[in-house]
Amino acid sequence: MTLSIPSIVILVVVGLLGVGLYAMLTVRNLIKVIVGLQIMVKGAMIALVLAGRLQGQENLGQSLALTVIVADTIVAVIGLALAVQVRRAFGTLDLKALTTLRR
Amino acid sequence: MLHILNAVGILICAIQAIRSQRLIVSALWLAGASALVALELYLLGAPEIAVIELSVGAGLVTVLFVFAINLTGEEALDVKGLVREPLALAVLALTVGLLAFLLVPGIDRAGPSLADAPFKVVLWDERQMDLILQAVLVFCGVLGVIGLLSEQEPATGDSADTEKST
Repeated sequence: MTLSIPSIVILVVVGLLGVGLYAMLTVRNLIKVIVGLQIMVKGAMIALVLAGRLQGQENLGQSLALTVIVADTIVAVIGLALAVQVRRAFGTLDLKALTTLRR
Repeated sequence: MLHILNAVGILICAIQAIRSQRLIVSALWLAGASALVALELYLLGAPEIAVIELSVGAGLVTVLFVFAINLTGEEALDVKGLVREPLALAVLALTVGLLAFLLVPGIDRAGPSLADAPFKVVLWDERQMDLILQAVLVFCGVLGVIGLLSEQEPATGDSADTEKST
């Protein structure tokens, strides 16, 4: 059985979304949660480009993927800044210890 | 063949990024995954996006991660997660199953051949709202970097007490 290229790419997309989701559910370190989010977004980006290609609108898919890259980078920046400030304020990055809003 | 190797590489990098205990190693695996995703995008016929992903995803974001990890330091945490393992696996299986159920039947079905404008026209003329959103997001990112770089304020009364008690 030979897999077509879209099938392989779909497997990658589903795999990346699954790995990212699992990380976001189980990991307790704030920075690792951002890593999981990044992995999920990479899956979504490949899916957009593939969808554009399959529907005959490659350039629309690519321009949406570009928007996703920018948004993803800014989310990473803000998340990491938040992590640094949380570490300074609370002394930990453990999500379980951060489930309170009290300082 | 290259697609299969690349797919396996992306998934291995992603899993290692989650599994590795040290944060810095995790960030480096993520950079590897980004580079391979860029290669996949190139193979899919999107060289512009591949270059941007390689420079931003594998370059800038990795630098930011390393910088933030240096600022926060490595922290040994309990392996046990917020959500119980069986529940997490059940949610994961449900999500992956649903995605596969929705996506797989449509893979080899050719879509309607719609008119596709050149990339420049699509990006600059048809997606102007996206561009405005991107500009706003970049300003938010600048504020985020200021937050990343800002120095710690001297601890005042209440917060100092709390830090001592923790």
